[in-house]
Amino acid sequence: MPPVPSLTPIAHIGPMTSVPRVMLTVLCALVPALIVYVWYFGWGIVINLLIAVAAALAAEATTLIMRHRELRPALTDGSAIVTAALLAFALPPLLPWWLPALAAGIAIVLGKQLYGGVGANLFNPAMVGYVVVLISFPVEMIQWLPPRGSDLPGADIGFVAHLAYAFTANLPDDQAIDAVTQATPLDLTKLGLANMQTLAEIQTGPLFDRLGGRGWLWTNAWIALGGLYLLYRGIIRWHIPVAVLLGLLIPAFALYLVDASRFPSPAFHLFAGAALLGAFFIATDPVTAATTNRGRLIYGAGIGVLTYAIRTWGGYPEGLAFAVLLMNTSVPIIDRYTQPRIYGHE
Amino acid sequence: MAELNPVRPFTGGLRLPPNKNLSTTMPITTLARPQRLCIPLAQHAGPPARRAVSIGASVGRGDPIGATGEHGSVAVHASHSGRIVALQRRPILAGNGLFDADCVILETDGVDAPVARTDQHWPDTLAARLAAIAAAGIAGLGGAAFPTHIKLGAHARYRTLILNGAECEPYISCDDMLMRTHPDSIIAGALIMLDLSQATQCLIAIERDKALALEKMQYAAAVRADPRIVIVPLPTIYPAGGERQLVESLLAEEVPRGRHPTDIGVICQNIGTAHALARFVSDGEPLLSRIVTVTGLGLRTPQNVEAPIGAPISALLDHCGGLVDPRSQLIVGGNMMGHPLPNADYPVTKATNCIVALPLAEAVKSEPERPCIRCGDCADACPARLLPQELLRAARSDRSELLTGLGLEDCIECGCCDVVCPSHIALTASFRAAKPGLRQQILHQQLATAAAQRHDRRQARLQRSAAEADARQQALQQALAADSATRRTVIDAAVARARKQRNDPNALT
Repeated sequence: MPPVPSLTPIAHIGPMTSVPRVMLTVLCALVPALIVYVWYFGWGIVINLLIAVAAALAAEATTLIMRHRELRPALTDGSAIVTAALLAFALPPLLPWWLPALAAGIAIVLGKQLYGGVGANLFNPAMVGYVVVLISFPVEMIQWLPPRGSDLPGADIGFVAHLAYAFTANLPDDQAIDAVTQATPLDLTKLGLANMQTLAEIQTGPLFDRLGGRGWLWTNAWIALGGLYLLYRGIIRWHIPVAVLLGLLIPAFALYLVDASRFPSPAFHLFAGAALLGAFFIATDPVTAATTNRGRLIYGAGIGVLTYAIRTWGGYPEGLAFAVLLMNTSVPIIDRYTQPRIYGHE
Repeated sequence: MAELNPVRPFTGGLRLPPNKNLSTTMPITTLARPQRLCIPLAQHAGPPARRAVSIGASVGRGDPIGATGEHGSVAVHASHSGRIVALQRRPILAGNGLFDADCVILETDGVDAPVARTDQHWPDTLAARLAAIAAAGIAGLGGAAFPTHIKLGAHARYRTLILNGAECEPYISCDDMLMRTHPDSIIAGALIMLDLSQATQCLIAIERDKALALEKMQYAAAVRADPRIVIVPLPTIYPAGGERQLVESLLAEEVPRGRHPTDIGVICQNIGTAHALARFVSDGEPLLSRIVTVTGLGLRTPQNVEAPIGAPISALLDHCGGLVDPRSQLIVGGNMMGHPLPNADYPVTKATNCIVALPLAEAVKSEPERPCIRCGDCADACPARLLPQELLRAARSDRSELLTGLGLEDCIECGCCDVVCPSHIALTASFRAAKPGLRQQILHQQLATAAAQRHDRRQARLQRSAAEADARQQALQQALAADSATRRTVIDAAVARARKQRNDPNALT
C-alpha cells in the first residue's frame, strides 16, 4: 500500500530507534566478551548459543502459531535471540545438546509467550529457563571446564570434542567427563568454606586468579565493557547496573572487613560469577525491570543484596538468577510507589 | 541590561533536527495580493467576532469585518480592500485544530488605500486600551491565537511578562526572522505589555541556536536600556518554548496542575504578538497580516512569507515555487505538534505560523507498531515527568483512576514520547484520545458523588425531623400526664382546630 498523508495530529518525524535495533546493539555488546570466553573456555558457548537460538526461535514460532499470532514481528524483534545469548553465557560450556535447547524453550514458552509475548512477561525469560534447568539438572549444571592456562585436563579441549559431547554425550578418546570438568570458583569457594577451610587455602588452586577465577576475570571485564557501551549508546540507564553492583559490593566489603578469611573480597564477588553480566545485561531487561528511575535503584539494589545473601548463606554458589526472579515479582509494587512527581503537582 | 545565563533547564525534552535553515536563508517576502480572501470570524475556540458586513459591501483595507461582541471575541479586518462576495460556514485550521467557522469571502480589488490614521486609537485607561487591542484584532501569534486582551486583563498585577521567542518546534522560523528584522518593534511591544500588565520584569526567551536573533534582540534591548527587560538564551531542547517549560526554565517554579501561568502572575506572550501590538500603538494599524514560514523538503523554495489573514494556503505554496510532489504531507505548525492539513484550500489565520510540506516518504515512515517493552525512554523524554509507558497501559484498559493518578490531564501532547519509542507506538494520539473519556468519567463521578451526597443529606433531614416529631410527641404526653388543666387546654385547642378545618375546606391546617 502506498503511503497516504495522515490526517490525525502526530509527530511527523522518523522514529529514532526500534526494538530490533536495540536488541542488535545488545548482541553486539556481547561479542567481545564472547570471543574472550571462547579463548578461555573453548567453543562450547558457541555451540550452546547456536542451539539456544534455534530452539528459542522454534519455540517462539510454535507458540505464536498456537496463539494465532503473526510470526514476523515477534521473530524479527531480536528479543528471543538476546534471551538465547544470555542463556549461553549463563550455562556451562560443555553440555549435551538438549540442555540449552530445553532452557531456551522453557525461557520462551513459560517465561514469555504464556504471559502474552514480548512486553507482557513478568519474569526475565532467560532466568526462568536457566533456573528451571539448574534445579532439574544439577549435575550437568555444575560441570564447568577449567580455563586455558590452568594446566588442568580439559583446559584445551577442541571444537570437535565440544561438538562430539554435545551430540553423542561422549568425549573423544574415551575421556571421562569427570576427568575434564571442574567446579566454578564460586562453587569451590562455597564448598571450601563449608569444609572449614580459609579463603587463603581455597583460593590458591589453579582455578583462581588474583581477583577472581582465572579466565572469569577477563571475560567479566569484557562483559562490563559491553555494558558500558550500552550505557554510552543510551540502550540502558545507569541506575540498575550501579544499584546491582553497589547492592552486592557494599555488604561484600563490610563483611570482608569483618573477616577476610571467611568472606571473599568485593573484587572476587565482582569478577568470579555473573555479577557483571547480571548488572549490565540481565537485570536491565526493560520488560521485567522497574521502569521509574527511583524504582530502578530499588530494584537493582534488591538484586545485588539478594545475590550476596544467596551466595553467602544460601544453598547455591551463585544467586543472581534467583535474585532477579525474586525482584521481578516486586516490580509492579516498586513502580507504583516510585512514580515521579508530575509537573505542577504537589 | 543584565543577562540571565545559564538558566535551569526544564526536565525531559529532546534535541531534534531543527530543519530551520531551510527557510532562513531567504529574506521575508510578501505574498502578492490574492484574488480572494477567506476571513474566518473565529480564529480560536472562543466566541466568534460579530459579522459587521453583508454580501455586496465594499470594504477598504483595515475595515472591520467582524467586530468584538461577546467577552473574548477579537475583531477581524479586511486585509485587502475589495467586495464581500459570500458568507460560508466551512472548516478552518486555527488555534485549536480543525473546526467549523463562519467565514467572510472577500474579492480583492487592489485599491488598498493605507489605513486612515486617527489619534484616538490608543486611549488612556487600561480598560479602554484592552478594548482597543481586541478591536485591533490582536491575538496570540505563536500558534494558538488566544485573545491578547483577555490574557492582559486576566490578572490585576502580573509579576513577570515572558516574551516567547524560543521557537523550539522544528521547521518554524517566523519568530526567528521577525527578531532578526524587527527587534526594536518587539522591544517596544514588550514595553507596552509591561505597562499594561504592570509586570515588574520582562524575560525574553530565545533558544541559543538563533544566534543572529539573539544578537539583534540583545542590541535592541541595550539601546532601550530598560532594566526590566532581560534577554534569556535558552538551551535548544524541544519543547523549551512550551509555556509550562518556560516558567520552569526561567523562574524555577511550576505552574500548578490544571492552572495557567496567568494564575500565578505570569503572562506569556509571543514576540510576534508584541510586534503586532507595537505596530498598532504606533500606527493605528490593526492586525492584517502575519509572517508564515512556508517550508519543508516537499517545497521548491522554502521561505518566510508575510501573508494577509485569509489568504489561501495554496497561494503561499505557489509563492514558494509550488510542491515538488503534489502528494505531499501538509502540516500547519511544526512537525511535532502541528496539525495535518487535508488540502491546500484553507485560509491563513492568525494562528498559522508555519506550513510544512513533507515528502510522503519522509512524513509517514509507517513502521509497524510493536508491543511496549517498558524501556522508559518515553519517561526520560517527557517534560511533564509522566510515565507514558504506564499511561498507555492504563489508557488501553480504560482505568480512569489510574489515568488520573498517572497524570493524563498533565500531558502537554508535545510528542517527545512518540519520537523516542523504539516500538513506534502512537502514544500522544492515545493520550489525546483518552482525555475526553476521562473528563466524561470524572464528570459522571462528580455527578454521582453529588447525587449520593444529596441522598445522604435528605436521609439525615428526614431522620432529624422524625426524631424531632417523636420528641414533641413525648413532651406532649409528659405534659398531659402531668396535670389535668393543661390536658383541658390542649384538648380544647385540638377540638377548635378540627372544627375550623371542617368549616373551611380551603384551610391548610
